[in-house]
Amino acid sequence: MSALLEVEDLRVSFPTRSGVVEAVRGVSFALGRERLGIVGESGSGKSQTGRAIMGLTPEHGRITAKKLEFSGVDLLKTSKAERRALRGNRIAMILQDPKYSLNPVMTIGRQIVETLRTHEKVSGADARKRALDMLAAVQIRDPERVFGLYPHEVSGGMGQRAMIAMMLVAGPELLIADEPTSALDVTVQLEVLGILNRLVEQRGMGLIFISHDLRLVSSFCDRVIVMYAGRIVEELQAGELAHAKHPYTQGLLNCMPRIDNDRHPLPVLDRQPEWAL
Amino acid sequence: MTPALDIDRLGVLFDDFVALNDVSLTVAPGESFGLVGESGSGKSTLLRAVAGLAPVSGGTIKVNGRQLDGKRSKEFYRQVQMVFQDPYGSLHPRQTVDRLLLEPLAIHGFDDAEKRIVRALEEVGLGSGFRFRYSHQLSGGQRQRVAIARALILEPSILLLDEPTSALDASVQAEVLNLLEEVRAARKLTFVMVSHDLAVVTHMCDRLMVMQSGSEVELLTAADLASRNVSQDYTRSLLVASEGFRRSA
Repeated sequence: MSALLEVEDLRVSFPTRSGVVEAVRGVSFALGRERLGIVGESGSGKSQTGRAIMGLTPEHGRITAKKLEFSGVDLLKTSKAERRALRGNRIAMILQDPKYSLNPVMTIGRQIVETLRTHEKVSGADARKRALDMLAAVQIRDPERVFGLYPHEVSGGMGQRAMIAMMLVAGPELLIADEPTSALDVTVQLEVLGILNRLVEQRGMGLIFISHDLRLVSSFCDRVIVMYAGRIVEELQAGELAHAKHPYTQGLLNCMPRIDNDRHPLPVLDRQPEWAL
Repeated sequence: MTPALDIDRLGVLFDDFVALNDVSLTVAPGESFGLVGESGSGKSTLLRAVAGLAPVSGGTIKVNGRQLDGKRSKEFYRQVQMVFQDPYGSLHPRQTVDRLLLEPLAIHGFDDAEKRIVRALEEVGLGSGFRFRYSHQLSGGQRQRVAIARALILEPSILLLDEPTSALDASVQAEVLNLLEEVRAARKLTFVMVSHDLAVVTHMCDRLMVMQSGSEVELLTAADLASRNVSQDYTRSLLVASEGFRRSA
């Protein structure tokens, strides 16, 4: 099976007043039509990895890589226009908080239609119909009503479903989800993940799921990459989380309080400087 | 023994919206009590009502046996302090840590400010090297430590904690939770802690209340929750949700 996405030695750096900050330092992985989780704490470079693939690194950031290829397209050599054609069409991204990532002055329906018509030539009526179908696919009970609502008129869970609908309406092959459920309540979180899971399976998409929550990611993905200080410290099959070898992964797992395991004080992560080497 | 906090049929109304509906609870001195629920369940509103930050429409709140009404007294704020969720938003961006910690001392007329600031910083594990920094020069965990130091510097007996770790990374959360447990043991503090995370509340609290849309669902001990001894479906659904995603067939 040829890989959908190949990343080799990806580096993202930002010049600052106090020198160059390397956010991502040599990340390599390949992704087929599978669910890959990227886990790490704030500052581990997980989001910048996702953004570099999506082409959303801030202007002043520098990206280098030996290879950054999406189904045969060399993402390092594409022009801005080519990138735009890919983005939202073949590669889509779901962001963390629907409150901030949806356009507040545009109805949900219009935003979905806009995405669709940017990438495909469809009539207004067809676009509307596909947007409604998509809203139904993310299990919104009354698509007609939600179509005409503004983002502030819906709950967080509903907003995130609308966002998923918007991202999937053009039928992307690769979906990058950056903390898609962190802003949601736990019970809603599961519903949204269930919807995401079903759609990814049905459409055979590749999924990169970026999150700080190791447990959640491992219950959702097939494979998990653990990042620390811009590097991959460990790669695991999701089922083998309990056998994690790297002390950082073990520490991350251990320091979470658990309902049926009373430990006082909680074990804390003893960061070793050599992890960041 | 008079309870540290005694809330009887408390109601909070925002215009016509019932944010809190007849909720009663008592917390013994030195106890750690948890409030769990989803957004909109009223858990934070309850905490804010105690602190005098929400419009109370009915019921009574007693702190250490004394009933509160209307504007809180200065004495009340010496006894009861609050730590907020977002350490990025709850510290003044243009004040140094020193200035932030001085403020409550100045308000309450303490004269040994110097000593107290040094001690407070030490207690939360920051040390005096952090004293003249601004909050933007600190990490999230360090900021939350400053917020805790600011709450503790007045030597309150009750600490209200509103999601104190939900904006932090898991490893930093463990550090802050450990710190909170330490200071509680050292100072015999009473905690009322709000969280959406069942595991965090079970870890920190002896007893807890599950809330939904402004009302009590169920009152449990941490042991009940650990042994899954719950009677309400809603609590059960929260328990299931806290275990992570399960792929259905």
